[in-house]
Amino acid sequence: MPPMKVPRLVCPAGSLPALKAAVDHGADEVYFGFRNDTNARNFAGLNFDRPAMVEGIRYAHARNRRVLLAINTFAQPGRAVDWQHAVDEAAALGVDAVILADVGLLDYASRRHPGLRLHLSVQGSATSYEAVNFAHREFGIRRAVLPRVLTLAQVETVIRNTPVAIEVFGFGSLCVMNEGRCWLSSYATGESPNTVGACSPARHVQWEKSPGRMNTRLNGILIDSFADDEAAGYPTLCKGRFEVQGETYYALEEPTSLNVLEILPDIARIGVAAVKVEGRQRSPTYVAQVTRTLRAALDELADGAQRYHVRPAWQKELARVSEGSQVTLGAYDRPWR
Amino acid sequence: MSLGFTIPPFRLPEIVSVIGVHLPQWPHSLVLVAALNAAAKLGLLPEDALARLEDRTFVVEVLDAGALACFRCQRGVFRPLLACPTTADLRFQANLAAFLQLLARQEDPDTLFFRRELSIVGDTELGLVVKNMLDAIEWPSLPTLPVFRSRA
Ligand code: SF4
Repeated sequence: MPPMKVPRLVCPAGSLPALKAAVDHGADEVYFGFRNDTNARNFAGLNFDRPAMVEGIRYAHARNRRVLLAINTFAQPGRAVDWQHAVDEAAALGVDAVILADVGLLDYASRRHPGLRLHLSVQGSATSYEAVNFAHREFGIRRAVLPRVLTLAQVETVIRNTPVAIEVFGFGSLCVMNEGRCWLSSYATGESPNTVGACSPARHVQWEKSPGRMNTRLNGILIDSFADDEAAGYPTLCKGRFEVQGETYYALEEPTSLNVLEILPDIARIGVAAVKVEGRQRSPTYVAQVTRTLRAALDELADGAQRYHVRPAWQKELARVSEGSQVTLGAYDRPWR
Repeated sequence: MSLGFTIPPFRLPEIVSVIGVHLPQWPHSLVLVAALNAAAKLGLLPEDALARLEDRTFVVEVLDAGALACFRCQRGVFRPLLACPTTADLRFQANLAAFLQLLARQEDPDTLFFRRELSIVGDTELGLVVKNMLDAIEWPSLPTLPVFRSRA
């Protein structure tokens, strides 16, 4: 079997050390964002100020890697100009592409900065080739990130019917709704990724410790209760345990992380252009661990799909850093649609 | 940052924590506070993050050592507290191995949290600020003393 063309590896950076860790451990591209609500990971103390961005771009470019800037929330009423400024700033910084979700902003960027490469964010919620092709025709997007709700066969259908490069999620915490359309966080806290740039913002979260237990509350609402030997997850409603018809269980999704190592050859075969790692909220340590594992897998795949087999050491490394300490193939191998 | 060595998971024998709680807790606080102030002085802690720690109280509890360190941030300087408050703004609890792995950037704090090896009690947002502040520190490269030399 001849060597295989493998997807580019796109890794998260919530800080400068994380960006350097991604580059040092084999990311082809890193993505980051501003310290404000134009960023869907707008968490306290996270993200980049201008000097850190300049240094990050210099570091990545010096090593021939690309830098993507995520401006992936929706412009709030009366403040469209803040989002437009973010796009202008991205163009001035000289990033390789911006990742946008808001159609108004895509329109602005394509008119104002025709040379700026545009990626459609997962928050843009394009699940069909019609949606992707629309953004291509109207705004000239070059790549689209598909939400984590499609089966592999559905991803393949999109790829076959669009000139736009397709990026999918390869590893990280699962956000189970069609990204960009979930309002669970707003239901509990009045704030959600699309409005303030964070799901379940920390100031609404309480971890309550009592002997033998830890309760998680989101704005006072009890969403989970862990015994000391149970692995925990993020405090989002989608991963809470609820009482449904007399039974208490994870009604929407377990705390778990997506992991595509097992189906990486299929992902490459159907022509996925890039594989994304979730986790700008995580530390440089996580970025290094996940990046080097996926790099090793992609390199082995590049040597020929037949020789590829998932090493137990890779699975172990990824399971360790996973939410709830477990992983899933998510929607990719779901038999139903 | 690579220290060139790996901290294995370990747990101190229970006897240590039994003795530990009877020892004065003041020295732990002194050491931790000195380290934080040194980092602040070197400009490693960003000003905006420091500002958010102002007037808040912190407790770091090393469970298997039975050790507590308590301090407050005042005008950008960390000061040890003689008496540990029962309700601090933020309380970190973990065994010594987990704290060391965190400091050496060998483990990710969320990973330790998912595995229930690290608890964060109190003001969750403040916890996030502290976590992200520590993550964003660009440690100066360590002196090339033989013990620190990377094996890679
Ligand atoms: S509640 Fe869950 S599904 Fe909804 S945005 Fe948050 S992480 Fe995603």
